[in-house]
Amino acid sequence: MESGNIAWVLISAALVLFMTPGLAFFYGGMDRNRNVLNMLMMNFYCVLIIPILWVAVGYSLSQNPFDADFIGGFDSFFLKDITVAGDGMTLATVAFLGMFAAITPALISGAVADRMKFSAWAIFVPIWSLLVYVPVFKWVYGGWLADRGSIDFAGGTAIHVNAGIAALAAVMVLGKRKSAPTPPHSMPLVMIGTGILWFGWFGFNAGSALAANGAAAQAFMNTFLAAAAAGLAWILIEWLRDGHPTNLGAASGIVAGLVAITPAAGYVSGASPIFIGLIAGAICCYAVRLKHKFGYDDALDVVGVHFVGGLVGSLLIGFFANPSFFEGSFMEGIFYGGGAKLLLEQAIANGAAIVWSFVLTYGIMVLLKKTIGVRVSEESEAAGLDLAEHGETAYNN
Amino acid sequence: MKLITAIVKPFKLDDVKDALKAAGVQGITVSEVRGFGRQGGHTETYRGAEYKIDFVPKARLEIVVADDAVDGVIDAIKAAASTGKIGDGKIWVTGVDRIIRIRTGEEGHDAV
Repeated sequence: MESGNIAWVLISAALVLFMTPGLAFFYGGMDRNRNVLNMLMMNFYCVLIIPILWVAVGYSLSQNPFDADFIGGFDSFFLKDITVAGDGMTLATVAFLGMFAAITPALISGAVADRMKFSAWAIFVPIWSLLVYVPVFKWVYGGWLADRGSIDFAGGTAIHVNAGIAALAAVMVLGKRKSAPTPPHSMPLVMIGTGILWFGWFGFNAGSALAANGAAAQAFMNTFLAAAAAGLAWILIEWLRDGHPTNLGAASGIVAGLVAITPAAGYVSGASPIFIGLIAGAICCYAVRLKHKFGYDDALDVVGVHFVGGLVGSLLIGFFANPSFFEGSFMEGIFYGGGAKLLLEQAIANGAAIVWSFVLTYGIMVLLKKTIGVRVSEESEAAGLDLAEHGETAYNN
Repeated sequence: MKLITAIVKPFKLDDVKDALKAAGVQGITVSEVRGFGRQGGHTETYRGAEYKIDFVPKARLEIVVADDAVDGVIDAIKAAASTGKIGDGKIWVTGVDRIIRIRTGEEGHDAV
């Protein structure tokens, strides 16, 4: 039995790694053709720097000791004392969790597109990971938020709400792009990215069972049902409201559904994932308009999809959580005989993550702004970041 | 000699090429361009936000012919490129001072 568990966790780790390139293409295709390489680079950079940081101190601070309330220590510095002995599950889990640590800051790249200095991004990512990602992760997994009874199966709060609100803080400091937004330069790239994300997300959600068992299988089911329902909801709304169903709408809906089911994947059953997907898809379809209303330039809708989708999914756990299906020890949701306690704890957990992430991200960005600067020059912004920051052109003819 | 420049709808390019060959034209140069005339652009909607796209894709043909062949070529292009709908394009004629065949150095009518 053990070998099945480790096999599944290792495969899931590889699936989650694949999601960072998937995200890179999802965003890159939406971006301008003269900034696509900058977008890809911001994402790929995360899987270069974060794995090293993770095995050095990230894993140790966020999970050792597991039941530390606010932050861990340095006992697992460079994975000291973690060996192949026993079932090797610890090693596999470190690798698996490291992939999540890598993709979380990458989510922010979509918001800061087209104007952020790559040197500022390069410093932002590891600092953000240590000061924001690691503490929030600790609170949610074995820390004080978990002790209060809130639940987050694969990282709705710890990853999507966290990065989503950080994206808002980041663009508030960064400022708006100088020129008007443009349509996606390559919808085929966006759809490739979406497919890779959906495929990888099976590892993200079902792998979080950390076992090859029934919970993983249900999380798998929930992952494709919610994505499908959310994609349908988005394109139906678009069709009726705007006149055409679009590929971008389908892609956005799918991702919104995947984000929303992430915290709930191992806690809901039956038709619940379909409802969660429909609700999240519909809400996010309108939430992407908030930036026009409130005037923040979230270039590729990280706030509207990841923050809102993650928050919606995390709160819906308060309604749909079904412990008896999973033979689990978590609280029931309102529709399954529970009271509002779980919903309340979900709200508190997300509130805590939102406050911490927003404040610290804002502070990190302001510090960078005052030292090395966070924006490229106006000329670079107009000419394109691929050439200005990387000396590369994506399309040579 | 004259240079005939024609802007046509991209999907009409093959029909125009066949018509030109049938008319005896031996060489043309084609490029993909964007533009607008009275056709105007269109609107695309992405995530509920509308984007006005002013330019429409077109194909540009450039053909150098002897003076007495101009009318025949124009008639061939008009017939092949026409759909009757707005956006069919335009043809204009300008003079060519000199033309040289690179391989042989021939000039003038021998180079057309």
